[in-house]
Amino acid sequence: VRITLGLDSTSLTRRYPKLAILATLFMAFALPAGLYLAALAIFPLNTPERIDATVDALAAWCGRLVGADWQVHLAGSPYRYLVYTLFLLLVAFIAVNYAAVFGGASTWVERRVAGRMQSRIGPNRTGAAGFLAWVADAVKMVLKEDTIPASADQLLFRAAPYFSMVGLLLPFVVLPFGESTVVTDMNVGVFYAAATSAFVVVGILVSGWASNSKWALFGGIRGAAQVLSYEIPAGIAMMVPVLMAGTLSMQGIVRAQGGWPWEWFVFRNPAAFVAFFIAVTSSLAEGNRTPFDLPEAESELVAGYHAEYSGFRLAIFLMVEWANMWIMAGLAVTLFLGGWQVPQFVAEDYARLFGTGLPPSLGWFLLQVASMLIFIIKTWALVFVFIWLRWTLPRVRVDQLMSVCWKYLVPGAFLCFIVTLLWQMLVPPVGMDYTGYALTLFALLVLGKFLVDTRRNIAKVKGHRVDLSNW
Amino acid sequence: MNIERQVLRRTETSAEEIVVNFGPQHPSTHGVINFVTQTTGEIIRRSVPDVGYLHRGLEKIGELVPYPGYMPFTDRIDYLAAMFANEGYALAVERLLSVEAPPRARYIRAIAGELCRISNHFISIGTMATDIGAATPLTHALRERESVNDLLEELCGARLTFNCHRIGGVAYDLPAGWGDKVLRFLDHLDSYVQEFDRLISFNKIYVKRLANVGVITRAQAIDYGLVGPNLRGSGVKWDVRRDLPYGAYPDFEFDIPVGTGRFGTVGDCWDRYYVRVQEMLESSKIIRQALAKLPEGEIMAKVPRKLKPEAGEAVGRVESARGEMLYYVVSDGSEKAHRLRVRTGSFMAMAIIEELSHGIMVADLIAIIASLDVVAPEIDR
Repeated sequence: VRITLGLDSTSLTRRYPKLAILATLFMAFALPAGLYLAALAIFPLNTPERIDATVDALAAWCGRLVGADWQVHLAGSPYRYLVYTLFLLLVAFIAVNYAAVFGGASTWVERRVAGRMQSRIGPNRTGAAGFLAWVADAVKMVLKEDTIPASADQLLFRAAPYFSMVGLLLPFVVLPFGESTVVTDMNVGVFYAAATSAFVVVGILVSGWASNSKWALFGGIRGAAQVLSYEIPAGIAMMVPVLMAGTLSMQGIVRAQGGWPWEWFVFRNPAAFVAFFIAVTSSLAEGNRTPFDLPEAESELVAGYHAEYSGFRLAIFLMVEWANMWIMAGLAVTLFLGGWQVPQFVAEDYARLFGTGLPPSLGWFLLQVASMLIFIIKTWALVFVFIWLRWTLPRVRVDQLMSVCWKYLVPGAFLCFIVTLLWQMLVPPVGMDYTGYALTLFALLVLGKFLVDTRRNIAKVKGHRVDLSNW
Repeated sequence: MNIERQVLRRTETSAEEIVVNFGPQHPSTHGVINFVTQTTGEIIRRSVPDVGYLHRGLEKIGELVPYPGYMPFTDRIDYLAAMFANEGYALAVERLLSVEAPPRARYIRAIAGELCRISNHFISIGTMATDIGAATPLTHALRERESVNDLLEELCGARLTFNCHRIGGVAYDLPAGWGDKVLRFLDHLDSYVQEFDRLISFNKIYVKRLANVGVITRAQAIDYGLVGPNLRGSGVKWDVRRDLPYGAYPDFEFDIPVGTGRFGTVGDCWDRYYVRVQEMLESSKIIRQALAKLPEGEIMAKVPRKLKPEAGEAVGRVESARGEMLYYVVSDGSEKAHRLRVRTGSFMAMAIIEELSHGIMVADLIAIIASLDVVAPEIDR
């Protein structure tokens, strides 16, 4: 198989074609892996005590290097908050970069998946397998002129993308990537995530208004109505795992689940099974993904709320749209699908492997990497489902959108809530175990049926197969 | 003419209402059309089509060039179904000259025409799905349409503007082995239509978006002069191929699909959509019969090099992919037409949009426009 490499326009990669492969590998693996490892190295230290201890130890170590005896007691220092702030900025830097890299890379995944589904190839020119297309897109976006319509509300028009961006970035604070890889484990984590992610709609509404364009206004109003409505079923469905875990903390909810599928909340209670689908549907609507992409419905509203945007501000809107998939999928995985839980490892194992004092043992790090990988794989799988839905389903109409929400999802979510209450009170843990086995089996059967149907449908149309020669 | 102001003058407006121009540049107006829409948000109060942006004076050109020279211009009347535009003009002038195309030419016209209908309907159902928000069916439909275009390119050298027919026959005979390729494609098409049905036609959201939307009753369809699939979608079994047969069509057995109100009311958007899907299968039937019965012989009748029909008038009516296409040609005895008039399906479909637009939603307007399968150059000519 001959791989056609892109970046033909630059003489550098034409002379050294391996550069393109290296650049692709770096962007595709080294950069995200570096971000994950940085998160793994930095996030667990993110408490005042650990920062104090780390800074003290670092200072002593540096002192030994130069042969001096440096002693720092950060805990008693007047500069401690400066250090904490620097630390937080570092954490934020990692999270923001992760959001941007994920947002970019997922556009490539989406375009490739869409290409396959639409029996075409998708981007395959820039970098190996076209992976660098999103980098090129980002560069193009940033270099473009940032036009602002003359009749737009200048201040709000400029500010709107940042509202959306804030709504994207704030939930990253509580979203756990792994056992210890979370910026902070708030005791109101679920509430915080639901509240802050709604900031995105402020950006949509403000941009729709400030653009002073009828299309954008349509999109903004639609977005506001849609996101605010779907907050309700999403919020109630998210309460089901909260009831089952007895805590609002994200890490607490994950710790109340186990690594095996029958230990996940989604399978431990029929109401949670339903609530999972309600939550995912609602988050699709909140994230403006097809079939709920009404605020930017291309065939109706041209581009909806970002019709008047260009350049970097448009890039921010698009980044929010795609990176939001990580938040949506990550929340669903955390609340319902066992989060980062590694099968067969329980909380004591993490504590035992951590040992006493810093740094922790190598085994602990390996376990952390495993837990992050599990979370990442589950989340990407769900992101793939979102992409898949987008390129399969038509768009619903506004009134249908609202009736789905208010007539079906809201009552359904309330029902799940009440059934879960009764379930938690009346069903003993062993009953939940058996429910877990039964529902896992059911899900596997549905999956099997799906695969059989798919095979049969593919066999019906002869000649359809995955062609890997032109990747 | 400022139609936006006209609309406002004709109806009282309130503070909540805005007037939106759906077009002329809009992703789902299927060309350069403007729908001046008075709306209170999602609910449309009325929507008035403003046509004429693509007017190129094609009827006037028909009076300025000699009869055979106008044939390539007819392609531009309906670029998605150019075969029928060719055929209608050829028929009209042939009647003016009192000549008839030889049987083989008539069969070739039928085969080419039905292939062109399949190609056009692929675009129509694909863009319909796109307008409803499903992006994937269009690319699949376009992929299949490429096979049709390959076949037509082999036949006449062009993929879009065919210029295939001549006054008195057709320009090209079927290439060797072409019939087998067509049959292979038709075998694929029959199974592909089922795949397309699974992909989108019976999709729950798709049906919900289209059923009971934009209902055109039988009486309305007749009153507004709708033609083709738009008329048949309302349950009227009228097809020029069967009711006013021309060319080789009397020789073929085929059904005329009509709307049945399967998921809603007869004459809704889904009916019009599905009539097109079924018509592709009927076209496939016709092509199979035509290939099986294809007579040998000439492909051009004896016509003089310089066409000077006697003074008089003639009408050519064909069932285009968008319904009845009518050419009215008046001759004054010279080698150019004295008057040429084209009556097209898309233009007839535009008038009913205002009637349908009262109280519908913005998304419904898009569905209605898509279900009427209008093509801007055919409206404006």
